[in-house]
Amino acid sequence: MATLTKQQIGTVLAKQGILIAFAVFMVAFTLANPKFISIDNLFSVVRSSAILGVMALGVTFVVISGNLDLSVGSMMSFSTIVVLDLHDKIGPALAIPAMFAMTLCLGAFIGFLVGYLRLNSLIVTLGMLSAIHGLTLTYSGGQNMDIADKEGTWFSVFGQGSALGIPVPILIFVALAAFLGIMLAKTPFGRKVYAVGGNGTAATFSGIRRARTVFACYIISAFCVATAGLIQASRSLGSQNTVGQGLELEVLAAVILGGASLLGGSGAIFKTVIGVLILGFIQNGLLLIGLQFYVQFVVTWVIIILAVWLDIAAKRGKLWSPIA
Amino acid sequence: MKAGTLSKALKSGAIWGFIVLELIFFSIAGEYLSLSDKAFMDWENMLLLLKQSAPIGIIAMGMTIVMINGNIDLSVGATYAIAAIVLLESMTWPIFAGLGDMVIPVAWLLALLVGTFLGALNGLIVWKTGVDAFIVTLGSMLGFRGIVFMFNGENPTSHLNWTLVDFAEAEFLGLATASWFLLAVTLVIWFVMTKTVHGRNAYAIGDNRDAAVNAGIRVGPHIMINFAIIGFLAALSAVVFYSESGSVNPNDGQLYELWVITAVVLGGTKITGGAGSVIGTFGGVIAIQLLRKGLGHIGADTSTVNLVIGLILIVVLILDRQLNVKGKEELKV
Amino acid sequence: MTDPVLHLDDIVKTFPGVRALDGVSFSVMPGEVHALMGENGAGKSTLMKVLGGIYQPDGGSIHVGKERVTMAGPLEAKAKGIVFIHQELSLAEELSVAENIYLGELPRKSFGRVDWHRLAEQTNLILQKLNVGFDATTRVGDLSIANQQMVEIARALTVDAKAVIFDEPTASLTDAEKVVLFDVISDLQKEGVGIIYISHRMEEIFKITDRISILRDGQYQGTVNTAETHEEAVTQMMIGRKLDLSRNETHHELGDVALEVRGLSCGKLYEDISFEVRRGEVVGFYGLVGAGRTEIAETLFGLRDPSAGQILLDGEEVRITSPNDAIARGISLVPEDRKGQGLVLGMNCRDNMTLPQVQDLTSGPFVAEGAEVAIFDQYRDRLDIRTPGWKQLVGNLSGGNQQKIVIGKWLSMHPNVLIVDEPTRGIDVGSKSEIHKLLRELAAQGYAVMVISSEMPEVLHVADRIVAMYSGRIMRTFTSEEVTEDSLIQAISGLGGHEAA
Repeated sequence: MATLTKQQIGTVLAKQGILIAFAVFMVAFTLANPKFISIDNLFSVVRSSAILGVMALGVTFVVISGNLDLSVGSMMSFSTIVVLDLHDKIGPALAIPAMFAMTLCLGAFIGFLVGYLRLNSLIVTLGMLSAIHGLTLTYSGGQNMDIADKEGTWFSVFGQGSALGIPVPILIFVALAAFLGIMLAKTPFGRKVYAVGGNGTAATFSGIRRARTVFACYIISAFCVATAGLIQASRSLGSQNTVGQGLELEVLAAVILGGASLLGGSGAIFKTVIGVLILGFIQNGLLLIGLQFYVQFVVTWVIIILAVWLDIAAKRGKLWSPIA
Repeated sequence: MKAGTLSKALKSGAIWGFIVLELIFFSIAGEYLSLSDKAFMDWENMLLLLKQSAPIGIIAMGMTIVMINGNIDLSVGATYAIAAIVLLESMTWPIFAGLGDMVIPVAWLLALLVGTFLGALNGLIVWKTGVDAFIVTLGSMLGFRGIVFMFNGENPTSHLNWTLVDFAEAEFLGLATASWFLLAVTLVIWFVMTKTVHGRNAYAIGDNRDAAVNAGIRVGPHIMINFAIIGFLAALSAVVFYSESGSVNPNDGQLYELWVITAVVLGGTKITGGAGSVIGTFGGVIAIQLLRKGLGHIGADTSTVNLVIGLILIVVLILDRQLNVKGKEELKV
Repeated sequence: MTDPVLHLDDIVKTFPGVRALDGVSFSVMPGEVHALMGENGAGKSTLMKVLGGIYQPDGGSIHVGKERVTMAGPLEAKAKGIVFIHQELSLAEELSVAENIYLGELPRKSFGRVDWHRLAEQTNLILQKLNVGFDATTRVGDLSIANQQMVEIARALTVDAKAVIFDEPTASLTDAEKVVLFDVISDLQKEGVGIIYISHRMEEIFKITDRISILRDGQYQGTVNTAETHEEAVTQMMIGRKLDLSRNETHHELGDVALEVRGLSCGKLYEDISFEVRRGEVVGFYGLVGAGRTEIAETLFGLRDPSAGQILLDGEEVRITSPNDAIARGISLVPEDRKGQGLVLGMNCRDNMTLPQVQDLTSGPFVAEGAEVAIFDQYRDRLDIRTPGWKQLVGNLSGGNQQKIVIGKWLSMHPNVLIVDEPTRGIDVGSKSEIHKLLRELAAQGYAVMVISSEMPEVLHVADRIVAMYSGRIMRTFTSEEVTEDSLIQAISGLGGHEAA
């Protein structure tokens, strides 16, 4: 049929609204500043999004399993500080696995609380946000952490190096996204994550070990955080102990923008990657057209709410909530 | 006495028991570890504690309503910062130059209005779009903070008005202005939640939203009013605090939502809504402040406070879960 | 002739693709108890939502007394004297009895304060009338389910009601409590209130109602005087044909005992349960809601820990600690709550069906999607599941097809013992008989089948033996030859003579 009804147009708008809005954004920014669409700029956007992106990959698992992780920001500070500190003490080759092990322990602790003890993930990770922040401050003694010999360490390769002309952070992000994307979409474990998040009771009634699945999601999240911490540490070779503060919100924003429902059971790695890129391009675009850095926060706010609203509206078939 | 009354009494009294425990611990530990000679349980010290509890405490009262109502507000810290900036900025605006000290109530009013408006905006979005309050306020947490930075970049906004400082530093019957505000807000919110129709409906909505809708309670406007209240209280908290300090950093109020939610949860409010008490929250606020002060008293730094608060929040959750286990024959889902 | 208190005229309500109500008209006279009957999905609840203003009708009109009204919402309906007693408890557990009864209309004093004194007074007056053993200040969460139901009923008495709608009010009441409820109803009747009584229980309908209106597939089938009709006629109007109370008469060759339970107890949920199920046999478990049947199934499936007793599979004693464990031992459970426990509604058909075995359906580290599709196709054909394809989300299927997905999911596990809990709840007549046939076939193939059901025709139809339960205990076990409707009803009401199972 050639003519679409108003309702059909509405549905299409609601379903693809975020992509349409994104396209409009891209065109507008390109018109305002042609540099926006240049290869260099595209590269720089992806590179600056890599840390956020890597963390968002892990949080995607957690969110699909029906939980939240608000502690990823302070956990990232923790791993950055730890690996920088250990770099000078035991050398990079040992520092990296040691840092991963410690971060994974934190993830396991959260996974145990949320998975096995069935505690509310919002409050647990809010508590862990504070606790890990305290842990990091205690570890660093409140000092910034710097590597003594910044020139002579191969450790900088993860954040500053490049291979085949592509920056290593991008390579790590892409590789991890591919690996986790396949894991989520194609393996039995991924299927279980969706089932547990979609309907935990039904998953249990189907013989899926819910606690174990949730636990594994937090481990994956911690692994991603440790990777992000590694990139961050390697890029700057020195860091404040609040480097990850507030990142948990941007990460969650990216995952939500990608269309994952906070109720669990929906979302995908490639969608999260799109969410990360949308955030990255908008931040970059706003700066390029000369707006203040902080405007991006306001824009992100509006975008998050619009994205989730349109998603809900499409599902219920009505724009406005039916609550009286 | 009916069965279960005891365990309930234990539960509602737990926060006060915890406070007593803290007092004993810090008094004894302070004897050995404290750097100063002053006893921890000093009267002056306790009065100061009440005053220092005010900024978090005032917001926590609003959070109690919102959480009993079955929602959450993560944007209070940012609202707090915006209100502070409005308060200090507006006193320097040329249009108010002719007012003299009368600019103070005008600035107060402006700050409170802005806070109320931002809260109501959150509430309106929750109501009209049906998006979960968590996401809405997570978004506005970012958005409001962005607005704060747009005022003055990373620079602090400062304006000292000495009349205002005098008022804020004044003491009445031995209690500081901020303490009075905290007590007054606690009393008012306690009254609202236990005595008024609005308060009882807040419990009903948080407990069983469908039932409330079926009974014809207008849930949407109700929710919006509660968000307006928490916005107002976040602004009030800022007004009380910054009247005295006179300088606001754009990062001020960050992590306040964490402290506030911790206090409310410690005070026994159910995370899913429907149950909780203002008096319990008051206890939670005092307990947290005691912990901060006490750890300081025995020489621990802020990092330890963060660590301890986070872990206590988790321990409370675990205890709560264990107390609510129904027995062995429960369905293992 | 008096005017009706409530009159519905030619109500039409459509949803996308469905005509949920198609020209429904009926009237309730003052002082009349008017039964509204129909199968699940016949449109009763839609009609009630239209009446309560939750849905707006697409056609027709509602009249209260002589006045034509449009209901904007539940509060307005209540203000017009139309009161609902909901089947699902809609109570706030943390609040007091009084606050629940006056939810949404607490008496006010100045400054928006609640007038506690007046509230308690009014509430206690109502509670006295209901003759219940609790008072206005009791927390609702501390009451038993039955007492909570009484609170729900007390709500009807707060206003000057013209018509009260009871939606399955006796579902969770004991016999003594039912008597109180019926007294309340007759009091209301004497005051000239019209009553709409929705229930599936024929004996109640014939005991207390004056007239019966029947819906089928959203269409009004007619109204009859209760005194001038009988159960069979009403059933026929409801389902469009005669109720099939025929018993299962064929038996398959019985194999070994696949499952045996000895003296199994789980706290107060059920006590001292012993029975056995042989291969090739269908054992029906019949009883009222709350008799402990589902809990037994859940224990066998590793979801509850028994407090005493033994479970034997193929003669060997086992401890089943989790569903995973149960599945590994060849037990499958088609759970009672299809949407809550059986399916992940946001997942597609294939993924739902292969969920319990997804760990084993792999090629390398990946899920073998081809094998999954093959399984889905096999059971789609075998169970005649109607869906456009495996990619369809399960949430978009009809109840009957959803149930077949759940059954297919467990059949594909090739269990030794298949437990089905309320296999045909809320699905259409056609699918129902297909599922019954399937259960018989499965037994014929040598499965040991346990069927838990609250519908007598169903257990009569499919079971070789019937275990009657009452209040957590087995009262009696019947073979399909010896069972009669009366003896079965007696047994599940706790009246029948004890006979060792």
